[in-house]
Order: sequence, then structure tokens, then C-alpha cells
Amino acid sequence: MSLIRTSERPRALLVLADGRTFEGVGVGAAGHATGEVVFNTSMSGYQEALTDPSYRGQILTATFPLQGNYGIDEFSDESREVQVRGFVVREMTDLPSHWRSRSTLHQYLAERGIPAIAEVDTRALTRHLRSRGVVMGTITRDETAEEALARLRREPDYAEIDYVATVSTREPYQFRDPRVVLELPEDGSAPPHIVVLDLGVKRNIMRLLRQRGAAVTAVPHTTRAEEILALRPDGVLLSPGPGDPMLLDHVVETARGLIGRTPVMGICLGHQVVGRLFGADAYKLKFGHRGANHPVRDELTGRVYITAQNHGFAVDGDHLTSDVVPSQIHLNDGTVEGLQHRTEPVFTIQYHAEASPGPNDTEFLFDRFMSSVRSGDAVRHAR
Amino acid sequence: MREEGIRSILVNSNPATIMTDEEVADVVYIEPLTVEVLERIIARERPDAMLPTLGGQTGLNLAIDLAEAGILDKYNVRLLGSSIRTIRLAEDRQLFRDMLTEIGEPTPASEIVETWEQAVAALDVVGLPAVIRPAYTLGGTGGGIAYTHEEYERIVRNGLSASPISQVLVEQSLLGWKELEYEVMRDANDTCIVICNMENLDPMGVHTGDSIVVAPSQTLSDREYHMLRNSALKIIRALGIEGGCNVQFALAPRPDVVPWTGSDSAARLPYHVIEVNPRVSRSSALASKATGYPIARVAAKIAVGRSLHEIQNSVTEKTTAAFEPALDYVVVKIPRWPFDKFGTGDRRLGTQMKATGEVMAVDRTFEGALQKAIRSLEVGGRSLLWQKPEWTSEPPLDATDERIWAVLAAIRGGMALAEISRRSGIDPWFVERLGRIVEMERVLLHDELTPTLLHQAKRLGFGDREIATLADWLPERVRSAREEWDIRPAYKMVDTCAAEFDAVTPYFYSTYEAENEAVPSDLDRMLVIGSGPIRIGQGIEFDYCSVRAARALQNAGVQAIMANSNPETVSTDFDTSSRLYFEPLDEESIRDLLANEAGEEGEAPTSIVQFGGQTAVNIAPRLANAALPIAGSSADAIDLAEDRGRFGAILTSLDIPQPPGSAVSTIEDALSTANAIGYPVLVRPSYVLGGRAMEVVQDAGELRRFFGAALAENTGAVLIDKYLLGAEVEVDAICDGVEVLIPGIMEHIERAGVHSGDSMAVYPPQHMTEEQRAAVVDYTTRMALAMNVRGLMNVQFVIAPAAKPGGPGVFVIEVNPRSSRTVPFLSKVTGVPMVQIAVNIMLGRSLAEQGYAGGLWPEQPLVAVKAPVFSMSKLVDVDTFLGPEMKSTGEVMGVDHTFEPAVRKAMIASGLEIRPGTPFLLSISDQTKDESELLIRTLHEAGCRMYATPGTARLIRSLGIPAETVPKRLNEAHPNVVDVIRDGIVKAVINTLEGGRADVRRDGFHIRRTATEARIPCFTSIDTARAAVASLASPGSYEVRPLNEYRDPSTIAPAHR
Repeated sequence: MSLIRTSERPRALLVLADGRTFEGVGVGAAGHATGEVVFNTSMSGYQEALTDPSYRGQILTATFPLQGNYGIDEFSDESREVQVRGFVVREMTDLPSHWRSRSTLHQYLAERGIPAIAEVDTRALTRHLRSRGVVMGTITRDETAEEALARLRREPDYAEIDYVATVSTREPYQFRDPRVVLELPEDGSAPPHIVVLDLGVKRNIMRLLRQRGAAVTAVPHTTRAEEILALRPDGVLLSPGPGDPMLLDHVVETARGLIGRTPVMGICLGHQVVGRLFGADAYKLKFGHRGANHPVRDELTGRVYITAQNHGFAVDGDHLTSDVVPSQIHLNDGTVEGLQHRTEPVFTIQYHAEASPGPNDTEFLFDRFMSSVRSGDAVRHAR
Repeated sequence: MREEGIRSILVNSNPATIMTDEEVADVVYIEPLTVEVLERIIARERPDAMLPTLGGQTGLNLAIDLAEAGILDKYNVRLLGSSIRTIRLAEDRQLFRDMLTEIGEPTPASEIVETWEQAVAALDVVGLPAVIRPAYTLGGTGGGIAYTHEEYERIVRNGLSASPISQVLVEQSLLGWKELEYEVMRDANDTCIVICNMENLDPMGVHTGDSIVVAPSQTLSDREYHMLRNSALKIIRALGIEGGCNVQFALAPRPDVVPWTGSDSAARLPYHVIEVNPRVSRSSALASKATGYPIARVAAKIAVGRSLHEIQNSVTEKTTAAFEPALDYVVVKIPRWPFDKFGTGDRRLGTQMKATGEVMAVDRTFEGALQKAIRSLEVGGRSLLWQKPEWTSEPPLDATDERIWAVLAAIRGGMALAEISRRSGIDPWFVERLGRIVEMERVLLHDELTPTLLHQAKRLGFGDREIATLADWLPERVRSAREEWDIRPAYKMVDTCAAEFDAVTPYFYSTYEAENEAVPSDLDRMLVIGSGPIRIGQGIEFDYCSVRAARALQNAGVQAIMANSNPETVSTDFDTSSRLYFEPLDEESIRDLLANEAGEEGEAPTSIVQFGGQTAVNIAPRLANAALPIAGSSADAIDLAEDRGRFGAILTSLDIPQPPGSAVSTIEDALSTANAIGYPVLVRPSYVLGGRAMEVVQDAGELRRFFGAALAENTGAVLIDKYLLGAEVEVDAICDGVEVLIPGIMEHIERAGVHSGDSMAVYPPQHMTEEQRAAVVDYTTRMALAMNVRGLMNVQFVIAPAAKPGGPGVFVIEVNPRSSRTVPFLSKVTGVPMVQIAVNIMLGRSLAEQGYAGGLWPEQPLVAVKAPVFSMSKLVDVDTFLGPEMKSTGEVMGVDHTFEPAVRKAMIASGLEIRPGTPFLLSISDQTKDESELLIRTLHEAGCRMYATPGTARLIRSLGIPAETVPKRLNEAHPNVVDVIRDGIVKAVINTLEGGRADVRRDGFHIRRTATEARIPCFTSIDTARAAVASLASPGSYEVRPLNEYRDPSTIAPAHR
């Protein structure tokens, strides 16, 4: 059915800036999609990934060939909208099966205006990207490869755009989730207050904090340190987000104003910002880390955790100041996966402890953050 | 282990496996796996540690027994992998439940009840539907599933009375829940990873070994996937396993099947932990092949103290073993059941596993993987399109080995997909996919075959043959159309990382996509065609041969390409060959991969068909037709051996006797042949391995009955031969066209009439005269040369001097110019590397050039007995008597310096051990009564109390020996034959039967089945019984030593010098 029906769907092309072209059929919305083409090796979690703001400006390729198997549900969006520019798959099913499913992946993308291409030899594409590095590309249904390539060359490069500005909240807001009841402290005091600097936050980060008894406020990326401290936070979380951290001088300054005055946890882009603050520029990886199987070794315990990752930039460990230690490293390529401040309650991780999608091995880091928040709380109350 | 600098000592009783080859471990013992034997090995070798977790349940049980006997402590042997505490935690139901409760992991509610009042209370805990299992009843008699209170009361009350101790287990029913498995690894540093998760297409209720399994899971959301992953990791940590572990889960598929859940249903549905195996298991093997992650290798390294991140990922050679494989394909496993041989067996699938083997296929679509797996099954002509004539509009959708075909038939018949899913419990996702296959069938039936349509059909996994059937073309025309339209498979790599890293494993599968990664090499190379799924008649022996062939090629500087479809084998380990194609072993797939290897202009590599059993041999003529080269004996030589007319002519010209007979195709010819040669006659289809549909018939009536079955095998003619009662003898020989090397002669303990695969074989022969040996060597040599054999040949003889007085009385029954199931056994006991020599011959090196001469290899100063192993206790309704049709699924070996201890060891290893004083039940047929006298006396002298059916009891008493008469018929007095077995009054059974008379078989059927289910030795051949009882008479001690120490050190094969 679906395959036969997809044969009735319009032919589509994925054209890369280096001239390589992949044929497929158009699914999702009509129209063009242009972005940096990246791949993710996770075998599940497409809805969470598509709505992860860190994919802003990118065309996502799923290496697992069957996408859409369990449909789309009402709980798995990680942000308000689909964030990817386009989606590249081997096969997109019209026949999902899951009791929670409310629509098909195709409908979901079509309704949100996101073009996608199916029936692509995604393994060939992945092999191309891994050897050549990530590259700009465009999905088209109504052009020849030459026309699409010419158009692609006129569009701005991924590196030129500050995507954080496009995904961050415009106004501060308090995070609420009817599925997570906020448990208030037994002694009647106010719950700890965590401010999340929204560089492209995923909902599950805020959900996990709320599950741990925190009242969560998200603030725009432009919020300055003094403004954040004025909200009387018990801790600040620097969120993940899209794009090049070298474009985010203002966020580095904000971090500088927070550290030493409140516990700080940084995730992904938030981690890279803290890295910059302590002397290390970020550099672009050839094809990034995107998947749910990335091994990270905790340098203190020697234990290895399997983590979800989604980043194209890494912190240059060679230039860190002695204020921080690279506390975790990636087993495959030795890149810095975590920083620990020597004296302040500040730690960061390059990977996604919040999972969604991905493994929950490192969810305990939110407990660690909350306990540093709570001990700070105790100190404050003692004063 | 060797990589870690550790000296390893391996013990196993199975001669057919690669692991008992002397190159694998530093010291190899082929000895029975008992506490006594293990203690003697430990005392002699004084190992520092023992690793039981790679030897399946046998290894774990033995570890517990050794620990309990204090042997591990006595010799200070450390247990690696899992501690005794861990093994007990996982094996003991109550301890396991307590552990799960402690760590907050759910298990199905259950209660043990002994009264109806307790049962009422239990219902509050368990809820409906509930499973009721009476304690200590065979095959779950008196149990069932209750959906209503009325049913509950009825079944519980029945169960309480059926149970001899009035006890039933009432358990929450998880029928219809999804079944999932996680393969987990943990190291001593507490790093835990999941290698693979797998989803059973068959919902809960079918043993996972009998389920169609898909990897990775297809219908789980990310949240559900990780919920179960978290649980699996928690469990392996709680158990403290250092190595691999397998966790099975049941997951509620929809809220409506779990009406009593409430609170958390918004986010996730409940699951239960069903089972944990604290060891490497069958599922681990599948997971290894499905992901490319070498689980056993890593588990062994962890066991000796390595951390996961210190072990290199041998697939990428860049990353470490501490990661989780990412798949970019779909894997489907289908079990291989023995019902093609056991037509009377109960085909329903439940909690007792019935499959003997499995196949796996890989593709980038589910449909493709499924269809390739079905093509790999090799069940007599049963393609995806097969359906039973009686399946009309509503095929039965309950769990049997035929369900996947029944579902397809139901879809073709128009049943709504949702209805199929509801009735079968199979998730709608899978049913929809099957629906898509049927939709493509319809299109192929009605539409013109165009390039686009053909391409789509290939992407959905349709074989050329099925497309040809549907489009009403010849298969060869589909193939040439594919060539013309450039529709050919691409080969992609299984690399553990979804192409993220450059991988070095040459492990490929076919798919219809753009980019081909299996670029042909310009080195010398040859294809070894493997043997497919393990089934009765074609076991692991042929995988041994395939693996040895690959090694021999590599040793000779030739790239070995391996093709196989069986995930349970060593041949499909990616480091066994230079390049592995995980593909169906049919004409289409083999020709496709040969075409890929040939490349645009090159030549296809030569194929080796001698080592893959009948599977590979069957492909030979098809390759020859397609002008593809075959190594060694030609397709014509193979046909020569199987074509009765041509073969008979050769034997006549060589003046070598064979039992009179001929090949016929009508019942009239069969009857006249039988009349001419005289009954009894042996009836069998030609071109069939494992004696399927083979019978010894006594008269015209029986011939009529069995002829149809033999003809229905559809392999051409039916062979009718004079049945000669005599000793059966078997040789394997190696021929280079000039000389013939015979490593050894094996004599069967059972006389002709028992299939050679079910016979106990003895090396060297114990009862042959010099003249007979000389005749066997002479006939074998002349036949091999006359048939122009290049490589291996197996010959079976019957020795019946009475049939032709004056000569040696040696008759040729059968010749197969290929590797046989005795090749590993004979290679090991004689030390002659038969496969390696044969491969070198195929590469053009003569026996002389390899340092061997023709003739019989020096006889070794040892006696080795190969004994069959059966899995009959799982196959309800299958008669266990030994006959011309093969029934065994494996083998063991007993070796010693003399016959009696060797037989005794073979008996111990195959579960037929009898000790002095064992009470026996005897029911001996009239034909064998004369030969039973010595046996009865020996039993008596060994203090064995005898119970016997009336005729046999009279015989025993006539010898002046007391015997207790037991009624044969079940409706007469108690205790009857079944009672004495069930109640444990007798601990062994001798039940012989005459000829092939089906009605006589029925008489003893209850005796044999009951003995099998009670798991006590049951001898159905007087010869086996005599051998077993003879070993009882001389119970003296047996040796325990490494295999090579039994052999004569002065006759080491040139290859090993």
C-alpha cells in the first residue's frame, strides 16, 4: 500500500551543495527546504528530534530506515513547533500503529509546512556526509538538480545565522505541565526556583526539573545576568540550542555574571558557552555527534554512560583555563563532554541528559544539580 | 581469551562443533558434561577460574552442581561471569520475584493455592483473565486460561484434582501483550549497555525461541523503548552480572487490555519482567548477528576482568566495545520447526520450544527481511504464496508454525486487517505490512510487469520465483528482465554504527537500493555455500565443515566468501570468512551475489558446494546450468550418485554389489519391483537427506500406504530396495582423482533400518573381518575414482554375509559425493583434517602433494562412539522409536581406549546412562526376543529389577529370573505400563518393535512417549539396549583426558606436523 502509494507521490530531489544529488519521493509539505544536512543514528524518537530546537536550520536525515512506525502523539513535542527545515528518510509509513498515535508523520509534517523526502538511500547519504562532512542541501520537487543547486548557492550558509534568536522565547514564562504535579516542600517554604536561559530549550529539561520539585522560569536568550539574578533563582540552567556558539558573545557575558553567584548547569550549547567563558573556543566537528548511542566516560569514576547527543560544535579542551576540568570525555573521539568548575557549583555537559529522545543513563545529573541548588538554599536560609 | 594471554581448557561432549576443534582452545576435552568428569579435569588441569556463562543452561547447571559439591572451593576455582548467587537469583522463581520487588520492577502477579477458598482470595491479586497451572501434571494437563469467574472456578477445581499434590499456580494472564527482549552487557566497573532490543511478532504466549522476532523493535515509541531499557539495566546491575544477560518483557499493547491500570496510563502502559537469562543465550547469538556486535567475545573479555571501554570494537577498529549498536536495517528471525518430518506432531506453539533451528534475514524494509527469511527456511517448496487447501475464508490464526502463512491467507481471503490483528494478537503494524505484501501480490497478478513494478516488488522482498508465479512468467525470464532493466541488489554492510564510522567488517546483506558497498576484490577468492537452518538431518556438522573450508581457503591464500542464512552458526561470525553474505541459500540469492562478485566484466568466483549439506548440493545443478563454476566434484558427479539408474550401472560395471532394487515412479512398478526382490523392502524418495519419508515395509499393503508419502516429496523417483538386515558401516573418503584417502571406518551399533544419523557409530569397527574391511576400502576407492570425485565422499554399506554367501557380504547402500555429518567426528578422532585436505584438492593440490597417501589411515588406539541426541520431550505426539527416518537433532561423543568405557561415556553424555540397580520396564518384540537373553541376564546380574509386559515377562521368567508383569493396555488393571513410568517405579525402558508395522507402533507409543516425557532412557533398538547394558556389566573406570592424548602420536597428519 504505502510503497505503492508513494510511487504515486511526486518525485523529489535532495541536492547537496557539493553537487551530489539523491532521488526520492516528496512527503510532508510541498515547497523547498534548505539547510545544513545532518544525520542522526537513533532508532526511535523522530517526533522528539523533529521538534528539538537544536536542529533549527538543518535538514535531518534518519539513518534508521523506517520512520513513522508509531505515529505522532500529543506528548512528544519538545517545543512549540517542528524545528527541522526538512526530513530525509528511507521509508515513511502511512500505517502507524500505536494506541497514542493521533496522526501520521506525513500528515504532521505536511500540516506544519515541513518538506520531507522519502525513498532515499539514506545509508549512501550518511556515508557521503561522514566522509565529506556536513554540507548545505535543499529538498525540491519542482526543479532540476541544476536549478536547485543554483538556488541553494544563493541562500545563506548555516554558519552565518544566529538561530538562537529564532528559537528562544520572546518573553519570560513560568513552565507548567499538567502531567507533572509540582510537589511543594513539606515545611511550607517556597520550592526552589530554577531560571532556564532559553537558547532553544527542550521541554523535557524543564519537566525533569519540575519533577524534582523546582519552580521553573524560562527567560529569553538576551536576558542579562542581573536581570536573571533579580528573579532570585536558586540555580540557573543554560539550555541547549542551535548553531555556532562563537556567535553568542552576549550569552557568554551572561554566564560570566552568574557563575559564583548561583549554581549553574549547562547543557550542550550552554556547555559550549561556559567553555568559551573559561578560555576554550568552540570548533566545528566534521559531521557532529547525533544519536542515542554515544559513550561518555566520567573521568572521576571511569564509568561509561550511553548518552543522547545532538551537536555540531565541540569545546576545545586544549585551551581551558585551570578554573575548570574536563570531567567527561567522548570515548570515540576524545572530545570534551563535560566541565566541572574547581570551586563553584558549576558543571556542564555536552550531551543531553534529559534524553527525549534517548537513554536516561545520566538523568541523575539533574538530581546532582538540584542538590547543589538545595544546599545553596540551605546556606541562604541559614544566613 | 587467547588474545588476553590466558590458557584456556575447553570441555564439551559435542564433536560436531567448531569449538571442540583442537585449534580453538589450548586444551580440548570431548568428555561428558558431568560433575565427576569436570572434577577430574579440574584436578588434572588446576585452572584458576571457570567460565560457565557461554555454555547455555548446561553450563550454568553444571556450575551450580560443582559449587554445591564443593569442588570449586576444594580446588580454589573462581567462577567468572555470574556468581552462584546471581545464577540462583535468576533461576529460582521466588528469589527472582523478591529481587524484582526490591528494585521496584514489576512481575506478573501470581499465587500458589491449594483450596478453592485460597483461589478466591488469589483472584483479587491476579485478576481476570488468569492462567491456571496445576503443579506436577505433564504437559500442563488440567490447566488453562479463565476469562470469567465461572471459567475460573471450573478450571481451578479441575486443576486441583488433576494435581497429585492438589496445588495450582494462579497467574495474571499476559496473553496478547507484546513480548520484547533486551540483550544487556555489564562490566565490573558497572558500565552497562544494551546491545540490541528485539520485538516478537508473536505476542506473549509463544516461547521466544518459537516466535518470529524482529530487531530492532518496530512498534515501540522512544519512551517505551527506554522504559524497558532502563529496567533491563537495573536488573543486570541488581544481579551483578559481569558479562551478557538477556531480559524478557511483556508490554501492554493498548489500555483496553489492562483495565485495572489507572493512574499512569496517560504516559505509559504497564510492563512486566518475564524472564532473565544470566548468561549468553540463543537470543544473544541472534543479537550478535543482528547488530554485528560480538557478544560472546566481549562477554569472555569482561569475564577475565576487562572493562567495556578497554575492549576494541573489532567492527570499526577505532571505537570501543562501550557503545550501543545503531542499526540502519531491519532483521527478521523465523524459527525452523521439524514438523516437515514429524507430520503427526502437535503444531501448536506455546511455552515449550519446538523449533530446532532458525534463519535470519536483513534488509532495509521489514517486508524484504521477512520474505528473505521465508526463502531461507527451505521448507519443501513453501514460499510466501503457499497456503493449505483447507484454508478458505477463515484460516486458523492461533499460534502454530504455519501462522504467518495463515495470516497471509486470511488477508487474501478478505478478512479485515484489524480483525486479523484482534484474533491473532499480532500488532496491527505487522499485519498492515503483511497486507502490503498481499496488495503487491494482487498487482503482480493483474498488471503488466514493468521496470517500476518489478523494482517495487523486489524492494518488498519478492523472490524471482514468486514474481514469476504471480506474473505467469518463467523465473529465468524474471532474472533476465532484471538484468535488462538493471534491477539488481546492492549489498550493504552490517557495521554496528549505521554508517557513522568507516567499518572494516566484511559482513553484507542485499537490498534494492542505489549504493553497493560490497565492491568485488581482485584477489583470488572462492564462495563457500553454507548449510542454512539447523534441522533434523542437517545439523551443526555442516557448519563445522563450512567454517573449516573457509579457514582452509584462507590458509591457502584464497579469500573465502561465505554465504549462509543461519544466525546460530560460527560460519556467520564476521571474522570466520574474508567476506560474509547473510543471504537465503537459494538459486536467486547465490547467483545474485556471484554476479556482484564478478563485477562488471570479471568472472564469478568458483563455488564450493560440498560442505553445506543437501542445501548446497541442491544448488549445484542450478549453478551448472547458469554456467557458474563449481569446485571439486562436478554437478554431474553429484547427479550420478543420486540417479539410481546411472549409479546402478556404474556399480555393475565395477562389480560392486548393492541390494537389489530400482527407481520407480508408479505404484504398479513399485509393487512389481518389490515382488521381484522380495519383502521387506526399503522405500525412500531420491535426493532427500535425513531419510524423510523413508520406511521399511513388510508387505504390499504397507508399500501402498508409504509409496504415496514418498512420492509426495516430489523429488522425482522413489527408490525401492531390498532391505538387508545386517551391520551398517560408513566411511568418509577424500579423493583427488588419482588416490583415495579413507581416514576411518565407522560401524553402527544399530543394524540397518535405523537411520545412520540416529545410529550410534563406533570408530574403529569392532566386529568387521579383515576381508570386510578390505572390501570397504576397495569399493570406496574404486567408486570414488569411477565417479570422478574431487574432494569428500561418504559411503554407507550394509554387511550381510548371508545375503551373498562366499564373499565379504559388503553391499553399497548409498553414496554421497559431499561432506557428511560424520566428517567432524572422524576428523577429530583420527586427527586427519578432512575438510582442509578436500579444499586443497579443489585448489589443485593432490593428496601426495599434501603429504598423504591413498588407502586407510592408520587406525588409532582409541574407541570413539558417536551417539545421537533427541529433543523429543518437547514434541508432543511424535513417536520416538528409531527407524529409517532421522529424528535426532544433535550428537555427543564418548571416547576412551576401549569399547565399554567409550560406550558408557556416550550413554552418559546422551542422557541414556543406566546404573546397576536401575529398575527397568521391558517390552520386547517377538523378533528380538531371541537376542534378548544375554541382555536380560546382564540386567539381572546388575541388580536391576524388571517389570515387563506379559509376553516379555514370560520370556524373563523362562530364564529363571523374576519379573513383575505390567498390563500393556491402558484400560486394563493398574498400575499399567504408563503408571509405572509416571510414578517413577521404573527408571529406564527397553521397548523394541518389529518391522515397520504402524499398528504395532501404536501399541508401544504410550510407553515411549511417557518415558520421553519422564526424561528417562528409552531404548527402542535392541542393539542400543545391548550396548548400554553391556557397559553396565563392566562398569570399571573410564579415562578423562584431552582428545589428542587418546590418539597415536606417531600418526600425526602432515597438516599438523
